[in-house]
Amino acid sequence: MVMEIVCPAGTPAALRAAVKAGAHTIYCGFADETNARNFPGLNFDRVEMRDSVAFAHQHGSKVLVAINTFPRAGDEAIWHRAVADAESCGADAVILADAGLLDYAARHHPNLRRHLSVQAAAANADMVNFYAETFGVKRVVLPRVLSVPEIAAINAETEVETEVFVFGGLCVMAEGRCSLSSYATGRSPNMNGVCSPASHVEYHDHNGVLDAQLGGYTIHRAQKGDAAPYPTLCKGCFSAGEKTDHLFEDPVSLNAEQLIPQLQKAGVTALKIEGRQRSRSYVTQVVRNFREAVDALEDGRPMPQGMLARLSEGQAMTTGAYKKTWR
Amino acid sequence: MSQTSVSVPRCPPLLAVPLRAVPLAPLSASLTAFSRRIATSHPGLYRRLGDYANTPFVIDPTDLPLVILLHPGNGKPTITLTRRPVEGAARIAGPLAALLGLVHGGFDGDALFFSRDLVIEGDTSASLALRNAIDDAELDLSEELLNLTGPLAAPVHRALLLLERRTGLYLTRPEEAAW
Repeated sequence: MVMEIVCPAGTPAALRAAVKAGAHTIYCGFADETNARNFPGLNFDRVEMRDSVAFAHQHGSKVLVAINTFPRAGDEAIWHRAVADAESCGADAVILADAGLLDYAARHHPNLRRHLSVQAAAANADMVNFYAETFGVKRVVLPRVLSVPEIAAINAETEVETEVFVFGGLCVMAEGRCSLSSYATGRSPNMNGVCSPASHVEYHDHNGVLDAQLGGYTIHRAQKGDAAPYPTLCKGCFSAGEKTDHLFEDPVSLNAEQLIPQLQKAGVTALKIEGRQRSRSYVTQVVRNFREAVDALEDGRPMPQGMLARLSEGQAMTTGAYKKTWR
Repeated sequence: MSQTSVSVPRCPPLLAVPLRAVPLAPLSASLTAFSRRIATSHPGLYRRLGDYANTPFVIDPTDLPLVILLHPGNGKPTITLTRRPVEGAARIAGPLAALLGLVHGGFDGDALFFSRDLVIEGDTSASLALRNAIDDAELDLSEELLNLTGPLAAPVHRALLLLERRTGLYLTRPEEAAW
């Protein structure tokens, strides 16, 4: 069976571009704090979501609605309403992270398929099976800290579908538990849907030297001609003593395109592309590239060599934890 | 790890140099009228701008001898061209080809930022909102222009396509062929 390409869409136009480019499935979110890409000008209102789901279904694609932040105490109704609205818009599944919200969805919307978000950081078979048995989760998005053998080991012990990231921004932390953005800005992807919120980011260009500031802290300085990274602390460059270096990870993007055959052998069902904050142009290029790759694999043809580095953070790519080459 | 770079063409001097002498006031008035037509035909663009629908933006085509001050005006935009330094809440700077490529969906904004072809300063939220709103609007400036040219639409269209091929500037929205 062809591996499923799960593509991001931050706007209805990006969703249409993804469908036209050959995405089997598109994931997106409502324009509020219920999803982990709550950036200015992004996401879908309820009418846009309903119309976009209808467009995708007309063209044979599925839509997953990410409601993958953690509900704030006292405001759970915002997240409950998002689940109900996703179902009424015709979504094929919701992507959830919070155990309470999973329980709510299982009890109140039993016919709405539930996927476990990467934000839940389910990184072993026991945890995956717990979510499946307790909340009826049908698919788990695995965190980007696992090697291919570890993914195979999980799939050997579960009937739950697994989905893994193959391209895009690389979160190197245990997702859903990272507090770096919150430390610097008071806002986090987990609670507010924003890692390094734009409202707290400033760039200053001094004759070609680009300083990136987050919450008033200078976290990166790109010399003239150097590629620029996203303004996240995990990709920041810091000075300590006489050494200046990237403390956690270099500014690179994940590209596991050439590992797709191994991921298929490891039992992976779906390949996820990161980037709901990206443009129609990105969506079109990346989806086409990966659709060609999975179709080639299915037909027994050689994997095409992609040309995606220029779309990557820092214009550099890595296979991340899949090959465990990190320091 | 592998690396490569984006290739963004520069505006040919034949187009850029005359702008040093062109009177900017009538050009500003024409662009303001043009942008108001677009605002009327794409109301969703302003919905997406949200809190930034009245935020002044400085658009700086770095290979042209002028700067564009865009005031969205809550759906009644004003465009002012100037050769002097100008203040806005946010500044977006890059070659004309990069800016037109963003408008038409030919380039990805983050990729242009990574490659340093695009620089944003000031209110980052406002810049993001503008970029995302424009990307969703699926604008085609040539199509908007052709709507104004009446019987001259066909030859103007051919001229624009020729100019696009010769300069590498995105003057039209790329086709999104179905899979």
